[in-house]
Amino acid sequence: MHGRPRKAYKPEEEAASAAKAVKLRSLQNQFMSNHHAKIYTKEAIDLSTKLLEINPEAYTAWNYRKLAVEDALSREESNQDLVKSVLDEELKVVESALRQNFKSYGAWHHRKWVLSKGHSSVGNELRLLDKFQTLDSRNFHAWNYRRFVVELTNRSKEDELKYTEDMISKDFSNYSAWHNRSVLLSSLLAKAEGFMPNEKIPDEYQLVHDAIFTDEDDQSGWFYHLWLLDQTVNVETPLLTSSWPSHGSCINLSGGAGCLNDSSSSKLTTSCSESGSFPLILYFNQAVGGVSSSTVTVDSELRGNEDLVWEPVSNKNSRVSSVWVARLKYMSSEPCFPKEYTVKVRIGNSPGIVSSRGCNFSTPYEFVFTAHVHDTVREDSQEVAVSWTDGFDIWDAQSKDLNFLVNLDQQMGLKWRQEAIEEEIELFRALSDSKIGKLTLARLLMAKAMISENGVKGVHYEEILELYNDLMVLDSSHYHYYKDEHSVALLHKVTSSTESLSRHLFRYRDMNNSVCLRLNNLSLSRIASVEKLLFVQMLDLSHNELHSTEGLEAMQLLSCLNLSHNRIRSFSALDSLRHLKQLRVLDVSHNNIGEHSVDTTRYLCSSPLSNSEWTEDEVGRQMTSLVTKYWDAYFVLRDLNLKQLDIAGNMIAGDEFYTLVPQVVPTLVWLNGHRVRS
Amino acid sequence: MSSSSSSFQMGQLVADKHVRYVLMSEKKKESFESVVMDHLRMNGAYWGLTTLDLLDKLGSVSVDEVISWLMTCQHESGGFAGNTGHDPHVLYTLSAVQILALFDKLDILDVGKVSSYVAGLQNEDGSFSGDIWGEVDTRFSYIAICCLSILKCLDKINVEKAVDYIVSCKNLDGGFGCTPGAESHAGQIFCCVGALAITGSLHHVDKDLLGWWLCERQVKSGGLNGRPEKLPDVCYSWWVLSSLIMIDRVHWIDKAKLVKFILDCQDLENGGISDRPDDAVDIFHTYFGVAGLSLLEYPGVKAIDPAYALPVDVINRILLTKGTQMVF
Repeated sequence: MHGRPRKAYKPEEEAASAAKAVKLRSLQNQFMSNHHAKIYTKEAIDLSTKLLEINPEAYTAWNYRKLAVEDALSREESNQDLVKSVLDEELKVVESALRQNFKSYGAWHHRKWVLSKGHSSVGNELRLLDKFQTLDSRNFHAWNYRRFVVELTNRSKEDELKYTEDMISKDFSNYSAWHNRSVLLSSLLAKAEGFMPNEKIPDEYQLVHDAIFTDEDDQSGWFYHLWLLDQTVNVETPLLTSSWPSHGSCINLSGGAGCLNDSSSSKLTTSCSESGSFPLILYFNQAVGGVSSSTVTVDSELRGNEDLVWEPVSNKNSRVSSVWVARLKYMSSEPCFPKEYTVKVRIGNSPGIVSSRGCNFSTPYEFVFTAHVHDTVREDSQEVAVSWTDGFDIWDAQSKDLNFLVNLDQQMGLKWRQEAIEEEIELFRALSDSKIGKLTLARLLMAKAMISENGVKGVHYEEILELYNDLMVLDSSHYHYYKDEHSVALLHKVTSSTESLSRHLFRYRDMNNSVCLRLNNLSLSRIASVEKLLFVQMLDLSHNELHSTEGLEAMQLLSCLNLSHNRIRSFSALDSLRHLKQLRVLDVSHNNIGEHSVDTTRYLCSSPLSNSEWTEDEVGRQMTSLVTKYWDAYFVLRDLNLKQLDIAGNMIAGDEFYTLVPQVVPTLVWLNGHRVRS
Repeated sequence: MSSSSSSFQMGQLVADKHVRYVLMSEKKKESFESVVMDHLRMNGAYWGLTTLDLLDKLGSVSVDEVISWLMTCQHESGGFAGNTGHDPHVLYTLSAVQILALFDKLDILDVGKVSSYVAGLQNEDGSFSGDIWGEVDTRFSYIAICCLSILKCLDKINVEKAVDYIVSCKNLDGGFGCTPGAESHAGQIFCCVGALAITGSLHHVDKDLLGWWLCERQVKSGGLNGRPEKLPDVCYSWWVLSSLIMIDRVHWIDKAKLVKFILDCQDLENGGISDRPDDAVDIFHTYFGVAGLSLLEYPGVKAIDPAYALPVDVINRILLTKGTQMVF
């Protein structure tokens, strides 16, 4: 099926093939009748040997042989010599089948099955493996079988590690050896017995350099190097990266359904929430589970908050997430006069928060913020649709307003990490003309920015952005990969200092001075740095190149989102917005919704297609065919309580779709700028 | 280079020739190539019939003929064999179910029996064996999950454990292998990502890490290989491409170049598609070439679902409805 040249059959070839076919057909028929009649005579077994020699893929013949072996063993189990000779014969047959096709799943499995009957010396198996791995060092069947034998015989990981080193020194272009090395090493590092990351990782960098620099197109070492970088930069232990509200901050809450207009205040103002609660957001450095009222304590005078329910911000099937939210109630039935509450949040005092890799959140962390609850003022704020152009003031944000990141003063073992990165940067700077050279250098510079203790990051971003621009030209097939990385670096740059971020921050007068972040017209193809943007209430991402809202789910305060003039192809791409319980205004006009037959976010959206739990409703029952046709719009929109939606300028936007929308979104007041309800 | 391909800038899909090739292969049962693959005829039927449906020519075959042959392959255990008389295995059970789904004839099955056969192959650790002889491979995890989902019997297995086992096969490069610790391979990655997609568990995938590994399968000729430093092959236009689509990273490859590579693998005179330009064609690569073109939105090819490997209209019909009633 693979690698055979295309050529027309000559008549004599065709005749020869037909003759071979007739022979094989007769062999197969005879075999089948033996198999169905359960005949295990020597003659019958030899027939199956002949069949497997010609066609090692005839899986039923391997099954037959197992039955024949079991039959023989059941009759002769006391006769050790006979048992051994029966099993020896099987191993011989497997070996000759493998010579025919050393990728035959049936043959390899038969060998494992025979060994499980308790036979053969390890020496034999390893010798056989050496033969195969010399013939083809990338044969994954052989490597899998090697792992099987190693486990059976308890060969040490250190010995196997040495084996991979031998293979690599013979030929660095052996991805299989590098892969095996990564498996062994990560297990040894985890056990930390004589394998310390601060010693071993720098050694491994030395080892992989040859693989990367000898042939700049050979990928064998690339992924290993990336893994080493990940081990250097990322700490195993889960840590809190940021929170909202943050430590030392002061938030304003309105005590009722109306909103207080406090334009003189330079403090942040939360938009009034109909539910009388505000979100408490915890953003970790990796996905964790076990965040609950036992592992996170919240002390304050705000009543009604005993036994807070913590939810992971992720899809319904997952109990782990890097973002967790709980809602704190602040409304009281008493007459409201301005009151100040202190809230103290303590994380990890009791054990239970664990990363998805099994690492415990070990160092307890505590932060404190203040909440001002203001007087109730009844004001009808929904007479006019929200505008994205008028009614904005520049917000001159100060450092203390934007200090959201948690201080990582207990970063473990920072020194060896920083040194390793510096050495790599120096090496790659000298050799950065190739694609892998530039890409690795860009990644190293990003890594350096991430593990820097102080804010001296500005310098490197220009270099990173230039490297990605170079790569978009040098390796145009992967243009969009580099574009996405460029967008990530750009957002890191924008959020790297108060000064640069505040250039994009405004306040919207008509909505209680809500904080608006404008990131429009930046050619952004993806979203990043969200952990620094949890305070944002209005987000303008219009006129960019986004095709999905992946990443926005953590922005729990978001009430208004502008995605007009982007590259959104379907409603399933907006699935992450279902987590934004305060979202009321959404603009997805002038995108590509409904234009494509292939939906790249079909399985990243919770729906019956991915077997997600959901509940029936009246709309689904009444408008079945429309709901089936626009299934992703139905599932996404019905989970949002939008007041205002703009979808003009999309192929999906037409009369048929417009009859569905107000039904699926009963809270909708404005559609494409026109009232649909009073 | 053949003279026909130089007259088009981008090349062209000779759909009619491929339809004829598929229909002919179905009939040519006595060539040596055909006899040697006798045991996997059920897979071959699935590849051929799905190709026909994607080219809107499923009506060219006799439904009754196919189905009556198909049912002779069902074993008393409920599982299906690769051909009449052979032993049952999940590989062929899935193909049988997929074929019936294409024809909208799932109702002829004793769903309880087939699903019990498949569910019965789940092991303690959540993995799946291919048959009673115990070979374990994440391919079988995908097969079981895909098959039971189509039959709406996913609750017959322990989905959580099945997912846990698949996650245990995740490698440090973001990819997946056939068993824990096994090297990442595009075929296994498709199986694992597909299984996670169907069970709503894609949050276990590091999409950026895997996406980069997958997009680097595109070599200079525009074709895709299955793992680093291997030759490109049309079948990876399916395994790699569908995986990229499921994790929303397909924009990281050059789609136009891949289309050209697939079209260059056609036998423009006799129909059929091969693994590489100028190699011998076969039904396996014909299917994967057409399926790949479908994912690349090539005109004239119906949309295919990247997780179930069946046309989108077939999957939507099955999963967004409940028998004859809409699921809502």
